[in-house]
Amino acid sequence: MKREDIVICRCEDITLGEIRECIERGATTLEEIKRELRCGMGPCQGTTCMPLIRRELARYLCMPVEEIDLPTKRPPLIVSKFESILEGKESEE
Amino acid sequence: MKNKADVVIIGGGIIGTATAYYLAKSGIKDIVVLEKSYISSGATGRCGAGVRQQWGLEMNCALAKGSVDIFENLSKELNFDIEYRQGGYLVLAHNETQVEQFKRNLAVQSKFNIPSRLISIEEALEICPYLNTDTFVAATFCQTDGHANPFRTNFAYAYAAEKLGVEINKFTEATDIIVENGRITGVMTDKGRIDTPIVVNAAGGYSKDVAALAGIDIPTYSERHQILVSEPIERLFDTMVISFQIGIYTQQVPHGSIVMGISEKEEPSYNINSSWQFTEYMVKQAINILPIFKDLRIVRQWAGLYNKTPDAQPIVGEVDELPGFFQAVGFSGHGFMIGPKTSKILAQLIAGMEPDMDISPLSMKRFEKGELILEPSVVG
Repeated sequence: MKREDIVICRCEDITLGEIRECIERGATTLEEIKRELRCGMGPCQGTTCMPLIRRELARYLCMPVEEIDLPTKRPPLIVSKFESILEGKESEE
Repeated sequence: MKNKADVVIIGGGIIGTATAYYLAKSGIKDIVVLEKSYISSGATGRCGAGVRQQWGLEMNCALAKGSVDIFENLSKELNFDIEYRQGGYLVLAHNETQVEQFKRNLAVQSKFNIPSRLISIEEALEICPYLNTDTFVAATFCQTDGHANPFRTNFAYAYAAEKLGVEINKFTEATDIIVENGRITGVMTDKGRIDTPIVVNAAGGYSKDVAALAGIDIPTYSERHQILVSEPIERLFDTMVISFQIGIYTQQVPHGSIVMGISEKEEPSYNINSSWQFTEYMVKQAINILPIFKDLRIVRQWAGLYNKTPDAQPIVGEVDELPGFFQAVGFSGHGFMIGPKTSKILAQLIAGMEPDMDISPLSMKRFEKGELILEPSVVG
């Protein structure tokens, strides 16, 4: 398997190759990569992929990882069923 | 960053990047775009992704139809997939008064060859079988309405503009517009000055602040609107479903997730925080018109700004009192869908070319005259 084919975002099936292409095109923030490729927009909301993409971007931009801002955290914190929200349930049965 | 340009555009959303692209295509050199954050950080990247031609006023119909003509070939023209689909828009009428209004809208739309039509409940169910038939009496439908991915459209225009030599400066804020003897001579940014005779206000939610930099007072204000999106699910239906009465719109995007938004009572502000009140209200109203949604799962929600004008039509063109100061602002929630055509015409005006259509009715002067006709078909 080629390195470029490694799936980085498992929710949206985005590979390392696609992320590198996006950075090559000019993305300098995780927000841009997220908007262009959808990584971080799936059910896990970037929990798995963002640390990996952040490291990749930092390496490309020759910046310390901690200087790359993480994307905005969006509510809700857990994926929730409409019916549960409507009925005000504490959790899904 | 360049210190001299023919045109400086303030705003890196669809209007700013598309105008830059069309200007560069028409042969204008030295175009600079200033974006205070990243591309698609503002209203374009927060919009509902719908592309609708079913409007009540001629100008909105003309710009929407013209934009659809552009959208249809845009992936190819810009060599970047913008995920454009024409699954239609189904507009619910809840009573006979609305049916009468929709008939008037259809008459306006037909003048522009927009293929919209009045349909019965039964026909609506053929297009979207999951509608709650207790909630509406008829509908209008236009098959050539649909969806485009706002992020990808915005990036597509930006990349294409850069290929034509446009300089896009991200994280660069315009801090002043310099006017000498009644003419624009430059823009001050947080990274230095750019000499230019022409400035374009494409600042979306912050249009009033940017106009104020040039000493121009414009009647726009911003208002928070919220959206939520579900997990991707199997294909349910292709059409966007909207209701002006409820202020709701919802569509399953090509990716499979379902996007929806709704109007709420909001004071003018720059607030783009999410609220739980929206989530509750949105979920309740969505289940009411499409009961199948009760099993959907919300993945995330966000907010963005509608930049509104008193008549819900944009302000487009050169400002009379300040030659060289052009604007395309106040789109009132539909800047993405009419963005391509509006930007193209704006670029033609800036380049001194004959515009595809007369957009002088969108000049700011209409507010002085006070003869406003309110667009009846705004949603969200």
